[in-house]
Parts: sequence; structure tokens; C-alpha cells
Amino acid sequence: MSPNNDNDKNKDLMDRGVKPKAKDLTGDTAVVKNYQSQTEILSHPGEVEDKDLDVKSITPPKRKSQWAEVWKRLIRNKAAIAGMIVIVILLLTAIFADFIAPYHYETQNLQNVRMAPNSDNWFGTDNFGRDIFSRVVYGSRISIQVGFIAVGVAMIVGGILGSVSGYYSGRIDNVIMRLMDVLLAIPGILLAIAIAAALGPGLVNVMIAVGIASIPRYARIVRASVLSLRDQEFVEAAKAVGANDFRIISKYILPNCMAPIIVQGTLGVAEAILAAAGLSFIGLGIQPPIPEWGAMLSTARIYLRDAWWMSIFPGLAIMFTIFGLNLLGDGLRDALDPRLKG
Amino acid sequence: MLKYIGRRILLLLPVLIGVSFIVFTLMYITPGDPAAIQLGEQATETQILQLREQMGLDDPFIVQYARFARGVFTELDFGRSYRTNALVFNELLSRFPTTLTLAATGVIVAVAIGIPVGIISATKQYSLFDNAAMMFALIGVSIPNFFQGLVAILIFSVWAGWFPSSGYSTPMHMILPALTIGTSSAAMITRMTRSSMLEVIRQDYIRTARAKGQKESVVINRHALKNALIPVVTVIGLQFGYLLGGAVLTETVFSINGIGLLMVNSIKMRDLPMVQGGVLFIALTFSLVNLFVDILYGFIDPRIKAQYK
Repeated sequence: MSPNNDNDKNKDLMDRGVKPKAKDLTGDTAVVKNYQSQTEILSHPGEVEDKDLDVKSITPPKRKSQWAEVWKRLIRNKAAIAGMIVIVILLLTAIFADFIAPYHYETQNLQNVRMAPNSDNWFGTDNFGRDIFSRVVYGSRISIQVGFIAVGVAMIVGGILGSVSGYYSGRIDNVIMRLMDVLLAIPGILLAIAIAAALGPGLVNVMIAVGIASIPRYARIVRASVLSLRDQEFVEAAKAVGANDFRIISKYILPNCMAPIIVQGTLGVAEAILAAAGLSFIGLGIQPPIPEWGAMLSTARIYLRDAWWMSIFPGLAIMFTIFGLNLLGDGLRDALDPRLKG
Repeated sequence: MLKYIGRRILLLLPVLIGVSFIVFTLMYITPGDPAAIQLGEQATETQILQLREQMGLDDPFIVQYARFARGVFTELDFGRSYRTNALVFNELLSRFPTTLTLAATGVIVAVAIGIPVGIISATKQYSLFDNAAMMFALIGVSIPNFFQGLVAILIFSVWAGWFPSSGYSTPMHMILPALTIGTSSAAMITRMTRSSMLEVIRQDYIRTARAKGQKESVVINRHALKNALIPVVTVIGLQFGYLLGGAVLTETVFSINGIGLLMVNSIKMRDLPMVQGGVLFIALTFSLVNLFVDILYGFIDPRIKAQYK
């Protein structure tokens, strides 16, 4: 609706003696205010000041930001809410692991080896008599760390490469993108395995391996977004007032291409957790006794026949985490770009 | 069309050289002296130095890479195993059929489930079937293959006793691994088929087909499906590649003696030429599968064919 139409509507309402509601006043407020002041002065000369104040109170609310709209769409999506709940539970578990876990993850009880789930050990015990519930709870810390840090590394490096590539184009773009093509020619998990094999096992190395393997995806997404924004008028305007390239990319371009990066980031955390668990499962990732879920599955595999609980609970923990992140990621995609909704 | 195929093959070459460079670099920076690894713990300093010279390990990095790349690209010489001294390429080739069969059966299962479910979901959008299928697909995407494999072994092999839990010698051995990797890929294919179908059935030409009184089955099968499946083909190709890469995990779970398990064992024993060869071999297969999909794309999408006429 155009501002003129709004004003006509408001004038019409006032002519009929109806006080317009704030939400009707989406047009030019100055005109409305002026108009109402004049009508009030003519009909009730003594009450001008009060009425003038009243008019001020009906100026339209500030326009909602894009993110408020996204949030509104997101919380309307039940699946996304379910995903968010799972992630919040996971985060709380990781933060309060010391209070939630009944035992320390390293506490062994050799008299209680491979006990089935019972009232003391809800998820049973492992081959060293360690409480699996406690280990799964502490494991959430490891998975969250790996997931977020690996994605952080990939986002920063991929984001810089993608921005430079998209903003400058030409030879530098060609070199960076061909390098990304090469990395993409190796299936992600295999690249992570090769990097982990070179760096050796350990938490930090897993983060680096998984992070590097995910760089090309972010580089491509950021490059595509930067390319689509580079020639927009607001970028021209920033150039005209003398902003340097770094400022233009970081202050003007990147904030405008956050939507696909956030979606990919959320789904990326899920993939990173999966990849890290996979690496630990084949013995290249995080090593025992650190309670990483993939590493726990790796040991549990040997005892699958007589201690199923050793596999099931860490496996379910990975599954629910990935499930939650996927639900949230899908929800974010729909909320950030409703056109993509199938 | 030949021009298109030629162009795709030409584009593949630099990528493969790049892959070989990255893989070689990764193995080069891996700690440990290859000569010492090969000779074992009893080797003397002199023996190690001699072998280092013989292997050309004292040459500059770029010379070593050039020698490796020339061997790989001109004679398919991926080097020799530190452990068995066998030719890496022959070892990989002997295990390739197993890995390929595993990935192929997985893709067959994935396509057999994913496409029909995706089509029904799209034609009955927001129905009970659609919601249930999408929920299963999301769960399918969320379960790690190796965990799904363990659960499958536990239920169908340990508890029910229907299938063997490890090995890959008979068709019965192939069912559990194929179902395990197939169902998670099926989830991806279902989601892609559904969204692609939904996009297509909103197009004007589908409305036209309905308006002229075509039966719904004809509209879906003859008009919509043909166009909707084009992007699905890409996903199938990609899934095939991921399954080849993921073979490392699946083969470990089911103790299948393919390239994946060979690589895991080689990493543990620091048999670097084997690891290097394995990564390169799978990347090459992955690239060839993608090339094949691109070419297939050219055949099934007349718009691409028209560009290169």
C-alpha cells in the first residue's frame, strides 16, 4: 500500500470520527499529525496540548528488522522449534556436564564391567566399568567443540577466500576456485581422513582436518553471494565515499549475504560432528579415554554381541544431535528464504 | 556433443593433477622417515641413509612430486607398499570390485527407495505419507552410516541371525551393507526428488497437460518426472561418490576387504604409498563418476545438448 493511500484512509477515518489505530498509520506521519492537529484545534481549542501529545503516541512503530521477521517465521515452524529444543538441551548438557553426570568420565569400576543398563548406571557400563551415561554427557562437550570450531575455521578461511574471489574476480578468482575444485574432487570424509592421517590423531587435529575439508563449500557460497552484491548501488555508494575494500567487504557485502552462510553453518556443524565421529570411529580422531561419541562406538563395536548398550547410547547421542541441527538448519533455510520452501 | 565431452575431459585433467599434488603434499608432511618405516626397527643408520638415497627422499620436494606425478599419470605407477613391497596400483585394483559393488548396490537400494517415495510425497504434499516420509528421510540423513551398520548387525545378525555380520563373499553378505548405506542415500534422493517434483508440477506446462484432460498418471510419469529427474541424476552421482569415500567407514563396520579397509589398515601401519594411492584412486573414480553424470546430463537435458551442437 502506498503512503498516499494510507493517508487517504486515515483522513477518511478521521472524517468519520474514528481515531485511526497505530497500525493504520503506515504512511507519512507528518501529514497525519498535521491534519489531526488542525482538526482538533478547530473542534476543541482548549485541549490542543493534550491532544497533540496523544497524536505523538500514535506514530507508527519502528519498522521491524529483517531478523525479527526471520525469527517470527522460524518460531512458527514446529520442526525448527523441535530442533532448537534439541540443541538447547545439548548445550545445557555440555555446560552443566559436571552436575548432570553422576560419575567422572574416567572413573573405572572393574567389578562392574559391561553391566546392562540399571538404576545406578542408566546407560550401563563399558569394558572398564565406566558409566556410559556420564561418558555420553561429557561427550556432548567434545562434539560441540569439534562441530563449532571446525565450522568456525571453515567459515573464516572459506569466507575470506570466497570474498576475495568474488570481489576481485579475474586471475585471483580463477586460482582460488580451481583450488576449491581440486579439494571438492576428493570426497569430504576421505579428505578429512587424509589430513588426519598426515597430522596424527587428537582433538585439535580432528578440528583442523574436518575444518579444512569443509572450506570449499563456504568459499563457494560466499563467492556466489559476493558476486551478486558486488555491483549493487550501496556498494558503489560506499566506494564513492572512499571506503576501502576491506571495509566494503566486511561492513557492506558480508552482512548482506549472511542468510546462506548461516544455513550452511548450521547444517555444517552437523556434518562436522558426523565427520569427527567417523574419524574417531576408525581410530584416526579423538583417542580414548576422552569420551568422544565416535571413539566410544569404535570400542563398543568389539563388544557388540554381549554389550549392545555400549554402542546404542553414544550412537543415539550422535543421531539426536545431528537430527536437531538438521531440523534447525532446514527451518532456518525456510525462514531466511521463504521462496526455497518446498 | 563430442565437443562437450571433450571439454569435460580436458577440465578433469588439471583437477586430477591438483588432487595428486595435495595428496602427495599431505603424505610428504606426515611425520616419520619413510625409509626407517620400510626397514623396520632393527635397521642401522647406514641402511636407512642408503635407502633414503635409493628412494630419492633427499631430493627437493618438487622433484619428488614430479617423479610421483609422472609415474601416476604416464604408467599408473602409484609406488610400492612399504609393508609388502607389492605394487600399490595392483593392490587397489584387486580390491576395487568389492568397493565398487558395495557403492553400486547402495545406490541401487537408494534409487529404488528414494525416487518412488519422493514422487509420492510430492504428489501428495502435506499428506500423512508425505509427512512420515520426510520425517524418515530426515532421520535417515541424521544417522551416521557406521552407527546404522552396527544397529543392523545387532538386530539382523546378532539377534535374528538372518545375515552374516562380516565379510563379503556371498550375496547374503551384501544385503546388510547395501541396506545400511542405501537407506541414508535414499533419504537424500527422496528429499531431492520431492523438491524437484514440487517445483516441476507447479509449472505452466503441467497445468496445460491437466487442462487438456490428461490422466494424472500420464501427467506425472510422462510430463513431470522427465524434467524433475534431471537434478536428481546429479544427486545420485554425488551419492555414488560419497559412498565410495564413505567406504572407509562402511568397510570397517562390516569388515569388508575393500579399498576403504585397506586404507584404514595402511594408515595405522604408516604404509603411506598405499594411503596416498587409495585417496588418489577414489578421487579419480569420484571424478570419473561426476564426469559420467555430466555427460549423461548432456544427453538427458536437451538444453545442454543444444549449447554444444
